[in-house]
Amino acid sequence: MAQYTINVNGKPHQVEASPETPLLWVIRDSLGYVGTKYGCGIGQCGACTVHIEGVAMRSCQMTVEGLGEKPVTTIEGLSANGDHPVQLAWLEHDVPQCGYCQAGQIMSAASLLSQIPNPTDEDINAGMAGNICRCGTYLRIHAAVKSAATKLS
Amino acid sequence: MSTQPTRRNFLKVSAAAGGGFLLGFSFLTSCEQKAVATLAPELVMPEQWVQLNGFLKIGANGVITIVSPNPEIGQNVKTSMPMLIAEELDADWEQVIVEQGKLNTDIFTRQLAGGSQSIRHGWEPLRKTGATARAMLLAAAAQQLSVPVEELTTEKGMIHHAASGQQVGYGAVAELAATLPVPETVALKAPKDFKIIGQGKKNVDARKIATGQPLFGLDVQREGMLIASIVHPPAFGMQLKSVDDSAALAMPGIRKVVTINTAPEGAELQWSDTNAFPRLVAVVGETTWQVLQAKKALKLEWEQVSAPESTEAHRAAFEEQLTNGKTEVARRDGDPEAAFASAAKIIEATYSAPLLPHNTLEPMNFFAHVTADKAELLGPIQTPEFLEKTLVSVLGLQPEQIEIGMTRMGGGFGRRLYGHFGVEAALISKAAGAPIKLVYTREDDMTQGTYRPDYLVRYRAGLDAEGKLIAFHIRGTGTNGSPVFANRFPAGAVDNYLVENFGQPSNVSTGAWRAPQSNFIAGAEQAFLDEVAEAAGKDPIDFRLELFERASKNPVGEKNDYEPERYAGVLKLVREKSNWDADSGDARGVAAYYCHDSYVAQVLDLTLDSAGKPQVEAVYCAVDCGIVVNPEGAINQVEGGIVDGIGHALYGQLTITDGKPQQDNFNSYRLIRHPEAPKRIETYFVDNGIDPTGLGEPSLPPVVGALANALYMATGKRVYDQPFIGELPG
Ligand code: FES
Ligand code: FES
Repeated sequence: MAQYTINVNGKPHQVEASPETPLLWVIRDSLGYVGTKYGCGIGQCGACTVHIEGVAMRSCQMTVEGLGEKPVTTIEGLSANGDHPVQLAWLEHDVPQCGYCQAGQIMSAASLLSQIPNPTDEDINAGMAGNICRCGTYLRIHAAVKSAATKLS
Repeated sequence: MSTQPTRRNFLKVSAAAGGGFLLGFSFLTSCEQKAVATLAPELVMPEQWVQLNGFLKIGANGVITIVSPNPEIGQNVKTSMPMLIAEELDADWEQVIVEQGKLNTDIFTRQLAGGSQSIRHGWEPLRKTGATARAMLLAAAAQQLSVPVEELTTEKGMIHHAASGQQVGYGAVAELAATLPVPETVALKAPKDFKIIGQGKKNVDARKIATGQPLFGLDVQREGMLIASIVHPPAFGMQLKSVDDSAALAMPGIRKVVTINTAPEGAELQWSDTNAFPRLVAVVGETTWQVLQAKKALKLEWEQVSAPESTEAHRAAFEEQLTNGKTEVARRDGDPEAAFASAAKIIEATYSAPLLPHNTLEPMNFFAHVTADKAELLGPIQTPEFLEKTLVSVLGLQPEQIEIGMTRMGGGFGRRLYGHFGVEAALISKAAGAPIKLVYTREDDMTQGTYRPDYLVRYRAGLDAEGKLIAFHIRGTGTNGSPVFANRFPAGAVDNYLVENFGQPSNVSTGAWRAPQSNFIAGAEQAFLDEVAEAAGKDPIDFRLELFERASKNPVGEKNDYEPERYAGVLKLVREKSNWDADSGDARGVAAYYCHDSYVAQVLDLTLDSAGKPQVEAVYCAVDCGIVVNPEGAINQVEGGIVDGIGHALYGQLTITDGKPQQDNFNSYRLIRHPEAPKRIETYFVDNGIDPTGLGEPSLPPVVGALANALYMATGKRVYDQPFIGELPG
């Protein structure tokens, strides 16, 4: 066990964990930010997506040691009032079914749009391929990413 | 017509600090239904609630809490069931918050998510609940305004007296209303007067979902709560023999290692207790990661208790049954043997599908806190009532000592009908003497069983010289039972008909998977009918319509489980909407199916890329599910079922070798991903005013057939064995 200071949602947090602990479980168990989900633990489903230095990453694949002081944003920190354009587009298109994958989808979409503000269908396909939605809301996700893009640009 | 609420439910309650008392679990608090491009302001919580009945609480400021009784697995009942109450209450939907009800068999009936039946069964009782409350609010207003009740009208949470110009809000009369007698009978609105039903309402939890608020079982956090995780045998047919936990116990954060048995001798178990692995080891510790690491340090011995099975052995046994097996006949019309002997043409085809795990994206989990005289459980469960029954037996407690709360579920698809994980959580909490949250890893989840059974079905059809279908024969089998429904279409449309069902017992546990049996048999049947239509030289839609006409005008046999007119109706609608009779330029397939009381027909267009990989360009879908309560949610369900059906038919497959599942996570088990989804889905509902029926399942089964038929048009080769991707070139 070791002490780490990690920077999550703009605040430093002291945590005690063994060095190989995935960021996912530190965020969920130690910090109580449970919006970031566990789906596979092996980087395949994207449910655990957070932003590290502003870029979408799988938090199950990043150890607390490897993270160092790089700033992390979780779904809870994406916007102050839940009004990030991607979040608003998600409401507009009534995207969720069960909802479990959606925090990860939104984090991937926000990162995609910060890199490619006007994505083509192919860009969206490529940018969102790492996020599984078991309920099959892909068409609504696709439409919501597009409408968020128009609002952002 | 008697009404649901009883006198004792009419309590007046006052708010504790922050209003938190209303909610057993504060993270299940209210939700906002506004979902527009800018956020609506949050509703202001009233200082005091008046509880009108088990479903309704009204605040002095007019905000209304509606309790949604049934488990929410993504089928959107948490939005659509409260809409039924709000409709007859004449509530202002913008002032409604929805709260998930706990298991309470005194107030609620059928708190179960399964078979696409929530709306069908809730349709009348929930509307009556709303109408009863409205009648009491009206009676109170009549007293308060000193006017005859007949002169009052309601609209959006307000009561109006036109003659005097007076008006009063529900919140202002709720307290008085709660003291008035409950009316014996109430009238319900005619569908033409609906103001909320039939309007697209956004998911009531959407904002919480989009901001990552705690909603799911895996999100439960409690003071002093420990994490637990189980280890089950590595293969079906094995059981736990011995445990050496010394290394695991020495690891940081680990508190206990316990062994449990969810099926102890003498326990009264339910159908929902289906579970291949009742004896388990569980590690209990402080954090999830610590517990997962300690599981690997357990030294466990297993013993073989029944013979190991394999996918190949299943298939061989099925083939043997269908070829040589003798069985009970499930349906017989006319003289099938003679008809086949006289047929000008006989078409025969055999279809198969593999085992499928449900793979809800949220793995199994449950919170439990069990003490000597009380058990408190909270988690994702489709069958809380059955879980309670099992807990009574296994824990030796009375129902009053058990409290079961339901979280929003990260997917169900049938998996959470089987509540062994709730029982496991309770037993672990009891053994560990602490509140615990049981967490399955993806691997624990995917290799645990309760799969969609693997199936094999053989069809034979006989055509006369004019291409008329004169004989039909189905033999079906599968793990733990046959997928064939004896009295579904085309039974009733063919003079000579024979259905024979087999089944193969197995130690691999299987269960209901979204649209049980239909999820396979619809695709097989619809692909076969396509082949028969081709042999008869007929357009596939014309061919089916002729059969429906026959079943409608002059049905064969007494028991035909469908209405041919409604079946034909969706097929005609999809023909029109997809412009079937023109050429779309893409390879197209059509299918129609009836299950869970609803009718669905689909046309699917696809193209193949240069590598031969299919891309679904469009799916046109016509649905007859009676009145559509919430079109927004209904379309989402239909789209989900289509994506799910295409994904599993193309890619889904779990195989078994030496009793051991060969896929255990999403690197070895392929789920459909974003780029593979259809580019476009168009959904059309038949508007017929019939009472609503299920929608969580019916769009899935036929799309498998439409896909198979479109693949044939694209490749010239028929596909018979799922997953289809294995049958495609490249
Ligand atoms: S949990 Fe990290 S990608 Fe699935
Ligand atoms: S909404 Fe259920 S997994 Fe995506």
